[in-house]
Amino acid sequence: MTGTRFSLGRLLAVARKEVVQLRRDTRSLVLAFLLPVLLLILFGYAITWDVTDIATVVVDHDQSARSRELVDAFRSSRYFTVGRALSQTTEIAPLLDRGSAQLALVIPPRFGADLEAGRPAPLQAVVDGSDANTAGIVLNYTQGVVRTYDARVRLAGRTATPVVAVRSRVWYNEELRSRNMIVPGLVAVIMMIIAAMLTSLTIAREWERGTMEQLAATPVTRTEVVLGKLLPYLAIGLFDVAITSLLGVWLFQVPFRGDPALLTILTTAFIVGALGLGMFISAAVRSQLLATQVAMVLTFLPAFLLSGFMYAVDIMPRPLQAITYLVPARYFLVVTRGIFLKGVGIEVLRTQGLLMIAFGAIGLFLAIRVFRKEIR
Amino acid sequence: MSAVEVEGLTKRFGDFTAVDRVSLDVRVGEIFGFLGPNGAGKTTTIKMLTGLILPTAGRGTVAGHDIMTETDAIKSKIGYMSQLFSLYGDLTVEENIEFSSGLNGVPRSRRALRRDWVLEISGLAAHRTRLTRELPLGWKQRLALGCAVLHEPRLLFLDEPTSGVDPISRRGFWDLIASLAEDGTTVFVSTHYLEEAEYCHRLALMNRGRLIALDSPAGLRAGDHEPMIELAVDDPSRAAEALQASAVVLDAGMYGRLIHAAVRGIDEARTTLPGFLAERGVAVTGMREIEPSLEDVFVSLVRAEGGAAQ
Repeated sequence: MTGTRFSLGRLLAVARKEVVQLRRDTRSLVLAFLLPVLLLILFGYAITWDVTDIATVVVDHDQSARSRELVDAFRSSRYFTVGRALSQTTEIAPLLDRGSAQLALVIPPRFGADLEAGRPAPLQAVVDGSDANTAGIVLNYTQGVVRTYDARVRLAGRTATPVVAVRSRVWYNEELRSRNMIVPGLVAVIMMIIAAMLTSLTIAREWERGTMEQLAATPVTRTEVVLGKLLPYLAIGLFDVAITSLLGVWLFQVPFRGDPALLTILTTAFIVGALGLGMFISAAVRSQLLATQVAMVLTFLPAFLLSGFMYAVDIMPRPLQAITYLVPARYFLVVTRGIFLKGVGIEVLRTQGLLMIAFGAIGLFLAIRVFRKEIR
Repeated sequence: MSAVEVEGLTKRFGDFTAVDRVSLDVRVGEIFGFLGPNGAGKTTTIKMLTGLILPTAGRGTVAGHDIMTETDAIKSKIGYMSQLFSLYGDLTVEENIEFSSGLNGVPRSRRALRRDWVLEISGLAAHRTRLTRELPLGWKQRLALGCAVLHEPRLLFLDEPTSGVDPISRRGFWDLIASLAEDGTTVFVSTHYLEEAEYCHRLALMNRGRLIALDSPAGLRAGDHEPMIELAVDDPSRAAEALQASAVVLDAGMYGRLIHAAVRGIDEARTTLPGFLAERGVAVTGMREIEPSLEDVFVSLVRAEGGAAQ
């Protein structure tokens, strides 16, 4: 077949047409501009893995000065909110059932006396274990408070410096705020949504509406069609990354320590790959409905669940961990978190950077290859 | 020189032969009508001629370019309007024109001129900012034709451009085709409306993937075909039904209050039919041989070829 020369004019004609269509498609507009902000606000405000304000109830059978001291120790910790004092243990279960208490402390009758006498003074902590992660954290915090109190009592009256003291400092995310993890990760996930949901429609729509045949009858080449369709979505993608990042920094005080230019370059490569993948799916299945569903399963869900955004890759079962190596968002997540939180440059992100560019090239290649201009 | 010249054009999809050794040539400047029942292979032939699909076998040129190896060159030389409405419903009239201009490489300096021309010939100047999906079908088809000729192609392929369009719009559409042809554009147009065949300079008839006739409308009517007889009867519907059983009659149908029947021999029909019908309670009041219409000719040609594909 004789090759037609590449024409920027035709490419731009396709891009312009795509913009006009996008502007009139409410569903795409919502996906493109509302969903990222909505997700950011949802994740930024509602979903947090930080455990604070643990609703605590106390059954104090001892009623001594010591037991009151212990309760005060919990009260003064910012992790616990101590509520009602209960008179008997049977009252605990209904409160845990209803979720109005997460932790119940049961102080036995001889607690104060045992402590004074230097005997072991056991305590009972009842924790709502329906969310295993949270329960573990609650228990840890409880033990922390108790240990501190214990040390204070035993050292009472004396001044002693502990022989070994650990002073820990957490780097990159000093306050261990989960928002700081979420916002950079969300940038990666949002990119996948744009690709999966938006571009998966774009070529299938042409098949469904019969406009593909008219396209095929003109001298336009598949490269021009793919690049022309890609251009507007790339612009939307970059815009979304900018908005999400800015909102993250302003609204949620997420630190941005790295180079915006580097983030832009690597993001562009990632978006091109994601868009290419979306178009590949769209051109391969030729139905808007099916394309959206396939895109959900192949790009959106892995980005969400297997990239390390929701669950750390290290704690996944082995077979799942193996799959995560195939999820481009996994590497992009390293890029965004690295640039946001650590402020690292290309010298650290070289591997990820190359992978982003490879992903971009593969996505584009797939989209152009599968795109059959000939009507079968 | 011929605008289209193909020999032995064949397209097979698996075991099914959609187009079987079709040879034809279209002269520069003529309106070439392409007729045949549904499933005859018209659209597949047009797709091969416009470079949309490659033939399984055969050779030929369209607009001077090889149909096997130069499909890209063909695409830039011709105009094509597909059978399905294929403009963008969510673009306005003007935006569709602009997009077609861009895709077909209309020079920037000529775009405004061509756009206004298309708006004028399609009669859509007053509706230029309306969404295309809101337009009646007849208007959409005029716009599609306009978009197909934006880049002033010398050769235009129209695949059933008037199907589903009301008769008045169809007439207007054919006026448009005629004026394009007058300006020297070669028009290759398929249709299944036989009355439209009269607008064409030459006609090709396809059936079951094969070309079964190729001539001018007058030539086809004058050709060798089954004689037709017109009967005036007192009970036409009963007569039409009864005649199906006659050995002399190949086909019979009502034309108003009259009966038209294709018969094996005109003399045999004259002698036997009045009696045959009288036995079945129908009185014949008049009888004459008639010139077959194009439709009659085509029906008889298709019948001679074993009937239409089911």
